[in-house]
Amino acid sequence: MSDKEIGRGIGQALGSHLSRRSLFALGGAAAVTGVLAACGSNTGREPAATGGATGGGSGATLNQWYHQYGEAGTQQAVERYAAAYKDATVKVGWKPGDYDQSTAASLLTDAGPDVFEYGNGPTIDMIKGGQVVDLTDLVGDTKSDFNPSILERMTYEGKTYAIPQVVDMQLLVYRKSLLDKAGIAPPQTIDELIAAAKKLTQGNVKGLFLGNDGGAGLMGGPMLWSAGLDYLTADNQFGFDDPRAATALGKLREMWDAKVLLLGAPKDWFDPSALTAGLTAMQFTGLWTFPDLKKGLGDDFGVMAWPALDGSGKASVPVGAYGSCVSAKSKDVEAAKKFAKWLWIDQTAYQLDFATAYGFHIPSRTSLIGQATTLKEGQAAEAAKLATDVGHAQSPILWTPKCATAFGDAMNRIVKEGADPAGEIAKVKTVADAELKRVLA
Amino acid sequence: MLRDPAFRNSLLTFLAFAVFIVPTTFVISLGAALLVARTRVMQSFFRSVFFLPTACSYVVAALVWKMSIFSGIRSGLANAVLGWFGIDSIPWLSLAEPPWYWLVIVTARLWLQVGFYMILFLAGIQRISPTLYEAAAIDGAEGWKVFRHITLPQLRATSTAVLLLLLINAFQAFDEFYNILSTFGTYPPYARPPLVYLYYTALGSGQDFGHGSAGAVILTLIIAIVAVVQGRILRLGDRGD
Repeated sequence: MSDKEIGRGIGQALGSHLSRRSLFALGGAAAVTGVLAACGSNTGREPAATGGATGGGSGATLNQWYHQYGEAGTQQAVERYAAAYKDATVKVGWKPGDYDQSTAASLLTDAGPDVFEYGNGPTIDMIKGGQVVDLTDLVGDTKSDFNPSILERMTYEGKTYAIPQVVDMQLLVYRKSLLDKAGIAPPQTIDELIAAAKKLTQGNVKGLFLGNDGGAGLMGGPMLWSAGLDYLTADNQFGFDDPRAATALGKLREMWDAKVLLLGAPKDWFDPSALTAGLTAMQFTGLWTFPDLKKGLGDDFGVMAWPALDGSGKASVPVGAYGSCVSAKSKDVEAAKKFAKWLWIDQTAYQLDFATAYGFHIPSRTSLIGQATTLKEGQAAEAAKLATDVGHAQSPILWTPKCATAFGDAMNRIVKEGADPAGEIAKVKTVADAELKRVLA
Repeated sequence: MLRDPAFRNSLLTFLAFAVFIVPTTFVISLGAALLVARTRVMQSFFRSVFFLPTACSYVVAALVWKMSIFSGIRSGLANAVLGWFGIDSIPWLSLAEPPWYWLVIVTARLWLQVGFYMILFLAGIQRISPTLYEAAAIDGAEGWKVFRHITLPQLRATSTAVLLLLLINAFQAFDEFYNILSTFGTYPPYARPPLVYLYYTALGSGQDFGHGSAGAVILTLIIAIVAVVQGRILRLGDRGD
């Protein structure tokens, strides 16, 4: 049949033999088949070993997921660790983009990971929903060796659901030379910090950088801690229904109004370029920026905790850790647990390598901190000490995403729009109380 | 869901955005098309130049707008221009009052979509028979009168399509909002169109699929109603159009 004939054939079919409706039905069927076929393949998960392979045997295939670490070499390192494991085939998934959210969604499906890392351990909803398994027996005797506030954060009702991989921290970094030139000592209270920021704001250099939203997203927790409060009380009640909290959060607005905050920097607080490019004199940022800070500023930077509000408050640094979790939907939970224990409990050499050889982190095992050559001296040693002395887990496990969103919105309104802090705190309390009731039910 | 003030707010945000962006894009792209159609020299050059941004990804444009044109520091393009006139740097995206972020979002979207609709109008304009203009010229009509009584009515079919496409596009507002305004996993409580809000509720950290799908159903209903009403008003599909 020539092309012309085929064309005519189709034309006839359309014109006479097929009604419009049956054509649509055909097209629809084809489309559905196509979609189903697309769903069936390429889920990123290998088919589970079947047949002869027994549970935990060397035939098991495990998928292990990481978010995309920014530091060169990290991916190769975790692939190397995975390849060194003999009892199962471990496939490393390296996930760019919105890792937390896509992972949380994938746990509901069959295409999720077996072993995966999650920021500060699994969420309370994952635990309550039975999506992650209890790892208490894996941690076992090594419990006392982990950073206590981090392990506590990954534990719910006495059961530990994640093994901390590496500890990260945020802290206040300042340009020594700029402070010296202005004749300022590192500030010890929030009011001293505001005074210093005012003095350091000159021309195109701002005094302080707390993120492009003026600290609304970043500084809520540290501000509560500086007033001696917290998100929740020890007995899991709303923790900052207190005039001191309103005062503390209002201080951020005071900085905003004084125009001493750097806003709209090309790269946000998690990048050191605002500090190294001379856009700001002080910046709240992460420990992971230290290699770049060293490169850009040499020894011209100092570190300190976020200061206390006043005499009765507390200085603090937020600490967090990615925790290794095991999915309850894993085809072979025992093999997955065995691998998690092997890598994150037994293989201390790999843990040290992972924490210090690529990015700049603190090992989550206290016994390894002494062996980390990167943390032996200078600003890094001071920072590691701050993490141990005044480290504060970023948010409690019962502080659900819904609470965090309500708090973030409130912080935005307080800092950017000058809303009344006490009124905004009351709004957060309404949301948080309902969430606590839901979660604790 | 409808009792949720944040969701109602997102609908309002969308409404304000659509009320502004639809007529603005319409007028600007029609204007550009008229100018380009009239140009005798380098017409294809101008046509291409105006059309080029359409090929650019919303995400890429959003990041260029956010990080280089409207960054808050002195070296950002907008602030550098203000600097020549001795005006202080403005942190465009950080301020909630005044809402400069709208300027950033709207200009990004205009830049991205004006060229495409201009091409549609241009095609429409070039299909208008020159004899109509000649007749009008003989009758002594010129300038605005020609546009009002010949060009615009002849472009009726094109205009209808453009309006419909613009409205659909506005409903889909997500990319540039999300990429310009979100910072490190959080999104400010303002300028949140429905899709962004639902993204955070259902797919984002909230993982609240119940409310997420309820919101999606409401949104679908709204779109359906708007489409039907618009079809009625513009008499879409009438014979003889």
